[in-house]
Amino acid sequence: MTLATTVGRLHLATDSTTGAAESHGFLSPTGVEIAFLLVGLVTLGAAVFTVTTRQLVHAALWLVVALGGLAVEYLLLTAEFIAWVQVLIYVGAVVVLILFGLMLTRAPIGRSPDADSGNRWAAVTVAVAAAAALVWVVVDAFRTTWIDLDGPAAGSTAVTGASLFQNWVLPFEALSVLLLAALVGAIVLSRKAKADRAAGTGGTAATGRVAGTGRAAGTGGTAATGGTTETDPPADPNGADKGGVR
Amino acid sequence: MNDALDVTLRLLVVFVVFLTFPLLVGQTEHKVMAHMQGRLGPMYAGGFHGWAQLVADGVKFAQKEDVVPADADRRIFQLAPAVALLPYLLVLLAIPIGPGEGAVGQVVDAGIFFVLAVMGVGVLGSLMAGWASANKYSLLGGLRTAAQLLAYELPMLLTAASVAMAAGTVSLVGILDAFEWWWLPWQIVGAIVFFVAGLAELQRPPFDMPVADSEIIFGAYTEYTGLRFALFLLAEYAGIVVLCGLTTVLFLGGWHGPWGADGLGWVWTLLKAAVLAFVVIWLRVTYPRLREDQLQRLSWTLLVPLSLAQIALTGIVKVVIQ
Repeated sequence: MTLATTVGRLHLATDSTTGAAESHGFLSPTGVEIAFLLVGLVTLGAAVFTVTTRQLVHAALWLVVALGGLAVEYLLLTAEFIAWVQVLIYVGAVVVLILFGLMLTRAPIGRSPDADSGNRWAAVTVAVAAAAALVWVVVDAFRTTWIDLDGPAAGSTAVTGASLFQNWVLPFEALSVLLLAALVGAIVLSRKAKADRAAGTGGTAATGRVAGTGRAAGTGGTAATGGTTETDPPADPNGADKGGVR
Repeated sequence: MNDALDVTLRLLVVFVVFLTFPLLVGQTEHKVMAHMQGRLGPMYAGGFHGWAQLVADGVKFAQKEDVVPADADRRIFQLAPAVALLPYLLVLLAIPIGPGEGAVGQVVDAGIFFVLAVMGVGVLGSLMAGWASANKYSLLGGLRTAAQLLAYELPMLLTAASVAMAAGTVSLVGILDAFEWWWLPWQIVGAIVFFVAGLAELQRPPFDMPVADSEIIFGAYTEYTGLRFALFLLAEYAGIVVLCGLTTVLFLGGWHGPWGADGLGWVWTLLKAAVLAFVVIWLRVTYPRLREDQLQRLSWTLLVPLSLAQIALTGIVKVVIQ
């Protein structure tokens, strides 16, 4: 998913560079555009490392770099609010949750020989398809538009808030209901694990319970900040959950 | 040219504050703890009341051999102290100490989010240290660190959101501009929750279960020696400075004071932050360490409901006022 979004961002980057180059003259991109492209390359590299490294914890740490790179990209596009929320939720909560889950279960120093999945080709197919769809959507939606970086910030907190609660209230509310459902589901699952332990089956029930608390923190934090209306937040707490439960 | 000079000057001031204030807090801690426990404390280094003790400690740390355990993940082990320390430097940039835009390192539009987000990154340093040390005590410390962060990040965010609601802005400078004296009783619950949650995030006693020296031997920092260990200690004290500054700015009105707010705003900020730093030290001497389950219970059953109640109160008062 990260890889896909990264690729999407990168294509947006090249897209906007070429668009701006047309207006500024051939091969005279501004400093911001160069920085955008370079940070995009770093982000892409970190994302590739995330999915290819054989060391589990390293993968999580490369994910930090990739997510941080995305935040910098948002900053360069003047979307300051989204950038900090990105750091707060993804780096501060989701990655910490993933690391917590890894350290609680299996986090050997060095390579994990069983880290490879047999579903490698299916995963590649899905990733490429998702990346293609995202790139196509982004390119199609923003074909000729680019952001005026010199004018008033187009992504400041005030602007983001106004458009969020005027134009996008319905999706916003739908997302919060979705997050609430995830929260309730998490609680139900962890209660079930507790009941199993009472029946004397689950040796890992205690683990499940601790991860349950953490999970509630992750989802609750996302809901409380209320700033994330990107498309992937609902998916990510679940992804992190799997890390915690295992 | 003038702009470049301005920026350089601001960065320099923030950097100097970053280097000196944590040491001041450390020295105060030596002295306050000594007095509260009825002993002398370090009295000889440098002459007057042992003021140079911290310098001597620094020299000692710098001289020690920098050991990396054989089984450790070398690069991450070495990178961890920097990840723990640098976020606090960035946060200091955004904390205003006086009125106007001249008295802040850099005006950040979404100040609260910036500050809380970057502070959360600092905890990654402890996690990296705990995992990369190849030591079970360190791993336990790292686990506890993560669990504690997850538990206390939420009340901290909620109470900060309450202030943002009251002020109608998420910019730290804007919050101070909107501050009125009666916010103090209005937001007092939020202030206490924020401060306590911040203490827990810094792993200061009584919330020092992740480093519990008598139990898991300093947790994530067990294997660190010399300068790298000193950097972790510095991160803790820089964290105290940042937390006290933030609580001052968000809840205690920053540069507002009963008199002299025009010229002496920065004195008020520093004074309030200093009193809070004293409270941090006081709490360390006063309370025994909380057990892990007590830690989690305190956050989830007390602090989170309290901060939600504070948000409800803020909302009600805000609507009534309008």
